[in-house]
Amino acid sequence: MRTEEAQIDERRLREVALTADEYRVIIEALERPPNDVELGMLGVLWSEHCSYKTSKALLRRLPSTGPAVLQGPGENAGAVDIGEGWAAVFKIESHNHPSAIEPYQGAATGVGGILRDVIAMGARPIALLDSLRFGPLPASRRHFDGVVAGIGGYGNCIGVPTVGGEVYFEDCYIQNPLVNAMCIGLVRADQLMRARAEGTGNRLLLVGADTGRDGIHGASFASLELDENSDERRPAVQVGNPFLEKLLLEACMDLSRSDAVVAIQDLGAAGLTSSVAECAGRVPGAGAIIDVSRVPRRERGMTPYHVMLSESQERMLIVVKRGREAEVETIFQAWDLTSAVIGEVTDDGYVTVVDGREEVARLPVQLLTDGVPLRRPVGAPPQSRPSLDLDSLAPPADVGATLLRMLASPNLCSRRPIFRRYDHMVGDSTVVPPGGDAAMLRVKGTRIGIAATTSCNARYCHLDPNLGAQHAVAEAARNIIATGAEPLAVTDCLNFANPDRPEVFWELEEAVAGLSQACRALGLPIVSGNVSLYNESGGGSGIYPTPVVGMLGRIEDYGHRLQAGFQHEGDFVLLIGSSHNDLGGSEYLKVEHGRVAGRPPDLDLTRERSVGKMVLAAARAGQIRTAHDCSDGGMLIALAECCLLGGMGMRGPALTVEPPLRLDAACFGESPSRFIISAPSRAMPELQSLARRHHVEISLLGMAGGDSLELEGQVKVSLPDMRQAWEGGLEH
Amino acid sequence: MKFGVVVFPGTWSDRDCGWVVDQVLGAELQYLWHKDADLKGSDCVILPGGFAYGDYLRTGAIARFAPMMETVGEFAARGGLVWGICNGFQILCEAGLLPGALIRNSSLEYRCEWTNLVVERADLPFTSSCDEREVLSIPISHGEGSYFADPATLSRLEQNGQVVFRYSDAEGRVRPNANPNGSVHNIAGIVNARGNVLGMMPHPERCAEAELGGTDGLKLFRSVMHHAAKALAV
Repeated sequence: MRTEEAQIDERRLREVALTADEYRVIIEALERPPNDVELGMLGVLWSEHCSYKTSKALLRRLPSTGPAVLQGPGENAGAVDIGEGWAAVFKIESHNHPSAIEPYQGAATGVGGILRDVIAMGARPIALLDSLRFGPLPASRRHFDGVVAGIGGYGNCIGVPTVGGEVYFEDCYIQNPLVNAMCIGLVRADQLMRARAEGTGNRLLLVGADTGRDGIHGASFASLELDENSDERRPAVQVGNPFLEKLLLEACMDLSRSDAVVAIQDLGAAGLTSSVAECAGRVPGAGAIIDVSRVPRRERGMTPYHVMLSESQERMLIVVKRGREAEVETIFQAWDLTSAVIGEVTDDGYVTVVDGREEVARLPVQLLTDGVPLRRPVGAPPQSRPSLDLDSLAPPADVGATLLRMLASPNLCSRRPIFRRYDHMVGDSTVVPPGGDAAMLRVKGTRIGIAATTSCNARYCHLDPNLGAQHAVAEAARNIIATGAEPLAVTDCLNFANPDRPEVFWELEEAVAGLSQACRALGLPIVSGNVSLYNESGGGSGIYPTPVVGMLGRIEDYGHRLQAGFQHEGDFVLLIGSSHNDLGGSEYLKVEHGRVAGRPPDLDLTRERSVGKMVLAAARAGQIRTAHDCSDGGMLIALAECCLLGGMGMRGPALTVEPPLRLDAACFGESPSRFIISAPSRAMPELQSLARRHHVEISLLGMAGGDSLELEGQVKVSLPDMRQAWEGGLEH
Repeated sequence: MKFGVVVFPGTWSDRDCGWVVDQVLGAELQYLWHKDADLKGSDCVILPGGFAYGDYLRTGAIARFAPMMETVGEFAARGGLVWGICNGFQILCEAGLLPGALIRNSSLEYRCEWTNLVVERADLPFTSSCDEREVLSIPISHGEGSYFADPATLSRLEQNGQVVFRYSDAEGRVRPNANPNGSVHNIAGIVNARGNVLGMMPHPERCAEAELGGTDGLKLFRSVMHHAAKALAV
């Protein structure tokens, strides 16, 4: 009898991805075994994806406060004050597992989900960015094409511009591509909404798509390694309907102007279960009662279990003041949306689910949202890391030929073939388009500009997760500064392999420490984020640790914004900062020597801050015409990009390469805290004095103009040759 | 001068068109809801870009049945100015107010990028502020913007001078490699025989301010405004 019971439980537990220990905690808390519906609800909410049980303790170490922060972690998205009464709402989220199985819909619904997070805050989405990782082309063509098409398919249709992001190709992502979508929205600061189920007796209204049996166990699936059976999980991937979401968006914008609405909560992973529990969990003592028989359904034969666990897309839960349901329903009817009152807020601290008159589940809110035992896997550094002996590297035989090969590298080449498939202009706000360091959106009716970027060099993180994570923050900040904006706040997406392996958990610990250190040093709060673990396909072949940093910056007057491409013939081209023998983990090392090895460049955060301040001061004083972050691929790549984006060459004397600096490192080394700027010659005295005041180096590299990139005696490559290499890099 | 901007479910350029009319041009703006049938005194009706009704079935195929479209059709028949941009052009073709159809881009991919348009008719209410053969720089953003018409329709359009804009290079030369979507004869915009209904795939409302990359789009809005002023003066 006992063995039979245990077997049944094991089978049930496997289905909801809970461990025996977790099951014991549930029985202790309830003082009875959970029924099937309850077990399913606990299973999804206690999944890694929803509960953060492995990462929660670490995440508390991240800085999340600051003078501009209006909303930190814990809500649907974070929010910062950007001035003149406006709040910028933003968040990044992963959709890795679904995109691995079904690239188009996985990516599309990732975009849909992050949009709803921003909409739930009462904000109108104004921009999307995507941070993507794939295996090398052409082998990963299916993932790459599907994901790009899916992002475009959703974003283009709903009418929110996709303005930036990043794409990298690396062997470790062959089985496990990463799709991280970031959304930014705008709302008047005093109209910022919070998804709190306040007010006993207030009504819970479900609106949007009918509920179907799609996506059941999606959150649990996202918390497992992918394996040979993962294809069978395809039904766990939902199908997006951007048209419906557009209607939801407009209706919610109308709604947030009505004081009949208490809260808006998106239905994402773990569907109704998660949105009801989270909404109630944010208010001490609050509970909710849901009648599943009132939930509009797509198909017959659905059980309460299906309804509570469905991850059907394009649904929102609205908390409406009791007695004012009709007002809200009228707004939805105008947009031809189906809505139904499915329950109400209670004060008993329980989520109670009934099916008509029959009670089918009753669970304490706190057990659902905070009851999961936190996991503390053991972290241990890897035995050895690939070392690099610089003396063993042959110098480049022909710097120009190397430059062309690097420009054609899929990790450095032009992203235009991607972003021209995305509508990046709708909204009439894109004042710095994709293709440069960061994109910039204007806030209509003001002169304020918001710069946005994502960044992570996962190769660095693989070689040193702590230092690599610091680089991700520093590089994102440089991208923002290169547009003339000041970095303001961060959202992060932590993509890692299986944390039950000691070296992976160690990577996670180290990366969080690095993020924390860099954000504190640069004064940047992390206001929202997401963790995606188990990006692994068995056999211990996980992804590189990939802590993606999404960053927002602000410029007082977007009329002073900068772009990367050279603009005026005869302008001085200058390097701010200094170059060292930083070839560890570089793209040069990979492209020319086929290696991923060494230690990432040293990063001095105080210095990083000074360099950034100097460039911003010069930009504000109107002393510089263009600015570009100098990192991936090194200085020659940065110069080539300035030429290509500006449509003009540059010419200068040979680089001074004084020992111990090596020529390859001077050209292609990835020393951080550097910018390439261009400025009229008359600005030189002021720039030099600014550099002195900030204790940063400034050196003249040459003059913009002509139709080739030439450093006398070292390299001369024509603009058309560079363009051909750069623009064809993704045609594999 | 009042512009009416039609809002279908799924339309997204309504707010951009509205912004240009209201904030850049300084004209009167009236949003027109697809379920209504009243133009509320609009002098020019804009059918903006987007995915009306999700563009399910075919682009514009459902939108043409909206109550508003019946009124727009009657307005056009009376000589009223109707201007379809992107999805609006697709809807006008589906509604039979303009000939031909917009099919999938020849690249089979969505395209959002700047294009050059050579102006072939500068005598229309929509283009009177342009010079003939002038080259305008205006962005496109569509997946199904390849203009197609049967040979008879095409030759009629050409003979009547109904082709208003063609994709060209920066010097105004109409070349295959300047064609972003495979449109026949590089057609980017056409007008009806009477000259009061314009359909175009590129988005003039996205380039009415220098900070967005160009102001050529504003010329078209200004043209309509001048036309209306003249009409009033007469």
